[in-house]
Amino acid sequence: MNKMQKAMRELAEMDELAARTSPIHALHPAAKLIAAIAYILVTLSFGKYDLSGLVPMVLWPILLFQISGTEVRTCFYKLRIVLPLVMAVGLFNPIFDRSAAAQLGGVVISGGVISMLTLMLKGLFCLMASFLLMATTPIDLLCAALRQLHVPKMLVTLLLLTYRYVGVMTEELAVMTEAYLLRAPGQKGIHISAWGSFLGQLLLRSMDRAQELYSSMLLRGYHQHFHYAGIRPFRARDALYLLGCILFFLLLRRVNIAQMLGGTLVG
Amino acid sequence: MHMADALLAPAVAATMYAASGVTAGISIHKLKKDDEPQKLPVMAVTAALVFAGQMINYTIPGTGSSGHMCGGMLLSALLGPQAGFLSMIVILAIQCLFFADGGLLALGANVWNMAFYGCFVGYYLIWRPIMRSRWFGEGRSAQRARIIAAAIIGCIATLQLGAFSVVLETSLSGIAELPFGAFVALMQPIHLAIGLVEGLITAAVLVFVFEFRPELLQGVERAEGENSKRSLKTVVAILAVVALVVGGGLSLLASSNPDGLEWALFGNAEEGYAENMGLDEEDFGVSSKAADTAGAIQEKTSFLPDYAFSGSDSAAGTTVSGIVGAAMVAGVAILICLAGGFFRKKKKTD
Repeated sequence: MNKMQKAMRELAEMDELAARTSPIHALHPAAKLIAAIAYILVTLSFGKYDLSGLVPMVLWPILLFQISGTEVRTCFYKLRIVLPLVMAVGLFNPIFDRSAAAQLGGVVISGGVISMLTLMLKGLFCLMASFLLMATTPIDLLCAALRQLHVPKMLVTLLLLTYRYVGVMTEELAVMTEAYLLRAPGQKGIHISAWGSFLGQLLLRSMDRAQELYSSMLLRGYHQHFHYAGIRPFRARDALYLLGCILFFLLLRRVNIAQMLGGTLVG
Repeated sequence: MHMADALLAPAVAATMYAASGVTAGISIHKLKKDDEPQKLPVMAVTAALVFAGQMINYTIPGTGSSGHMCGGMLLSALLGPQAGFLSMIVILAIQCLFFADGGLLALGANVWNMAFYGCFVGYYLIWRPIMRSRWFGEGRSAQRARIIAAAIIGCIATLQLGAFSVVLETSLSGIAELPFGAFVALMQPIHLAIGLVEGLITAAVLVFVFEFRPELLQGVERAEGENSKRSLKTVVAILAVVALVVGGGLSLLASSNPDGLEWALFGNAEEGYAENMGLDEEDFGVSSKAADTAGAIQEKTSFLPDYAFSGSDSAAGTTVSGIVGAAMVAGVAILICLAGGFFRKKKKTD
């Protein structure tokens, strides 16, 4: 399976996840979007040594995973993209920051190790938040919510149109790549002699296709106004969910629950 | 070069969102003024193509490794800077939402690092001036050489700017311990090589478009006739060497003075800069009344004040209680998981 086929499978997987039903899926997309952004903001606002304060933030995504019936495994698969850069930056922390920050048994843990772990947890939590948003919200509804939040029409329409064409283009390129590689056995990629023509040919064809697409849009009555998916109004339970989430995040930000629980137990 | 959420402080992320948002607003305003409704599907299809095209592996001859194409330069050459910028935003948004490449909050920074430099700087400062110039003489092959030059120089320059912004944003966020200079010295040369390869691939695609449909390229005159006898391969070779030397020189300059930001603040003390600005290198803003009060408040409110001390009993105590607490949180999380599984099983049996 080549890269493009994998990407298509990933897109289809996200679409399938978003198409299911659960109490979280039923919420208004705007509430879910704002809650996800608030969660990421609060997660990022933790200090770089505040590992014990950050750990309880895991409760919100875990709760959402459970209520929405989403498998955590799918989310971890996506970590392969986020973690390398975060690791590349974070792995230097233990080298440059050697100040002793904590002691466990006889082992002194340096500040660098704590800040590295904090950074990685932040990466994981932020990924889970945006993954949960997309796994419980179809793109059409998200775009409709973006319009309600006054994101410019041109940008939202472009996002929706591009998303629809990403599938078509990726599939076409996947077939082209497969065909090329079958005729060039043992070759890892596109040879320099075909660098321009390989994508260029598809590009020219696509530009013509875009013109046809515009004509067909006009025939169906497009007057520079795009009809978005029918989105229900923002109800009290959406507001309640959003308020509950934000209060929960603020509580976790203000009170170090891990430290408190540990303190009462250890004394 | 996609930045993750974890590498950014909320204030830096918000600033980058604001900067990218304003640029997007200006771009939308300009496109609305142009009033070309047929451009929207073209933008969408081209953006989708670039998205998919970035997944193609191009074999780099003689190395065994592979390169990818530079989206910003290609889009601005095909669609113009404003439409290219919006298309890049959409590509980055889809990558972030569906593939976890980048982050929801880091989107503003990613748009700035990749789309702004690639589209606006790449177009107005590199692509358009080169296309308007008389480099390599007159005629079709000179035009072709100019496209190659613009693509290579554009990709190298915009990637260098993007890489530098990544370093700057991470350093300003105060998350990485890696010193600013060392980070720059690490990032710039890597992106120099990437930029060169991306430039060559982008040039190849743009030259192909130029050969068959020159009217699709922005700012390219339709020159007829073959006047220049210059070989294409020679032009590419010369440009590649020039770009490598110039870029390499710049990277070396950057790394020979590794602590540029610190030097800029404190290093030129002999010129009286620090004194003029009221800065004291040894005691930078530490001993003041406000700082003392802030310190006292911080001492009282901070959750883990013992982190700064080493080897004390209280530090050990903190560690233990922290770990016990974290374990309890983990226990609660597992309970939630078990409860979820229990309810689902129950549902199935119903």
